[in-house]
Amino acid sequence: MVLLPLSAGEWFADVKKDFIQSFIEDDRWKLFVEGLGITLEVTALSLVMGLAIGVVVAIIRSTYDQQHESMRGAGKVLLKIFNTISNIYLTVIRGTPAMVQLLIMYFVIFASSRNTIMVAVLTFGINSGAYVAEIFRSGIMAVDRGQMEAGRSLGFGYVRTMQYIVIPQAFKNVLPALGNELITLFKETSIVAMIGLRDLTKAAINVQSVTYQAFMPFIGIAVIYLLVVLILTRLLGVLERRLRTGEH
Amino acid sequence: MNTDAIIKVENVEKHFKGGEIKALDGANLEINKGEVVVIVGPSGSGKSTLLRCLNLLEVPTGGRILFNGTDITDSKVDINIHRQKMGMVFQHFNLFPNMTILRNMTIAPMKLLKKSKEEAEKKALGLLERVGLADRANAYPSQLSGGQKQRIAITRALCMDPEVMLFDEPTSALDPEMVGEVLDVMKQLALEGMTMAVVTHEMGFAREVGTKVIFMDEGRIIEENTPEEFFTNPQSPRLKDFLSKVL
Repeated sequence: MVLLPLSAGEWFADVKKDFIQSFIEDDRWKLFVEGLGITLEVTALSLVMGLAIGVVVAIIRSTYDQQHESMRGAGKVLLKIFNTISNIYLTVIRGTPAMVQLLIMYFVIFASSRNTIMVAVLTFGINSGAYVAEIFRSGIMAVDRGQMEAGRSLGFGYVRTMQYIVIPQAFKNVLPALGNELITLFKETSIVAMIGLRDLTKAAINVQSVTYQAFMPFIGIAVIYLLVVLILTRLLGVLERRLRTGEH
Repeated sequence: MNTDAIIKVENVEKHFKGGEIKALDGANLEINKGEVVVIVGPSGSGKSTLLRCLNLLEVPTGGRILFNGTDITDSKVDINIHRQKMGMVFQHFNLFPNMTILRNMTIAPMKLLKKSKEEAEKKALGLLERVGLADRANAYPSQLSGGQKQRIAITRALCMDPEVMLFDEPTSALDPEMVGEVLDVMKQLALEGMTMAVVTHEMGFAREVGTKVIFMDEGRIIEENTPEEFFTNPQSPRLKDFLSKVL
């Protein structure tokens, strides 16, 4: 589509034609809806996985930082091993591009599997877990030492003090950063088009390859991505305000 | 061995950096049932370290601590069980900021003693009544003054029905006009027969409420006496010097 030197009337007619071609003809809008569904599915599953990995790794790392001097015996050795594994994981995942991780997952590790959704979720879950871990660890470290001491002095063990007292406060501390990570994750999933997964971005690529019209499909998905991000931002704001009730 | 001793401290040491720094250098102490032991001394003398060793928040590098005859420094002993019987009050209150006052007080009895919500809340409200804060049960810690927070911290510890209460400079972080209300609660507790170990700079409290006063300097217990003797007839020159500065 060329913007100039057409007159305004011709331009609108052109846009309309492009719109119809990209979204209406052959029910192409369905491709975008399905694509968005896949994008959201991959994001949601990766988020759950990333949170699970992130919380565990964060607890291992902060426990090691705060406790390893006062620990003894087998627990100390085990903690040291887990801490080393966590550090290697963080270094490798944060030191390589997500795109490269995706390609390795798809073409090397799961070369025999064509379950692209699983490959995408595993890639982004593992990738996001590394970032969530560091976000969460900063949240745990930011909780005053006295909170742990108060919990322990009442008779709670280390794990239960973490569970009831430290983690809820840490979670609240890091909620804005976690929200940011969710939004990044959502947008980052657009690279799954590379392994042929028919997400929102792939839908636009497919439509463009049929209609030879690039403007509508790509501007269209940009608007969709933006709208979803705006909605997520809004929801996170509500959640944050809820958790803050009564405090400060 | 005195069978009345709830806590017995034997040659407890806390060394850092392989003995280079000696926060505690062989402390011996007995705390008997119903006693109020007040620990005083200049800052850095090891008095807080000694107190924090009593419930193993600070793990001693040497010596033993017997709680009701059990050596709690033994790594096979489950310290969490024993800590339930030792209430602790901190300089900076350490209330849980994300919980209401009532929740602060009931979480440990409910999770650890398996008390029902009703039972735990009944006890908590009764204690709040006694410290004059019943109307703040549903407030959050940030909505309270320092003195109120510390009174809540004391009642939170009492909710576990401890046998002994440890106070680590409970009034040091308070505005002067709030010190009295906290000391009053502690005094009341002592009158009711609670066994207490108190690290403080409040000499008036030591003199009036203490049954035994201990002076520490450089990680050692220098002098141990009744409040009467301690303040009117100090023996060591270092205690004399200390008293001349603080009284």
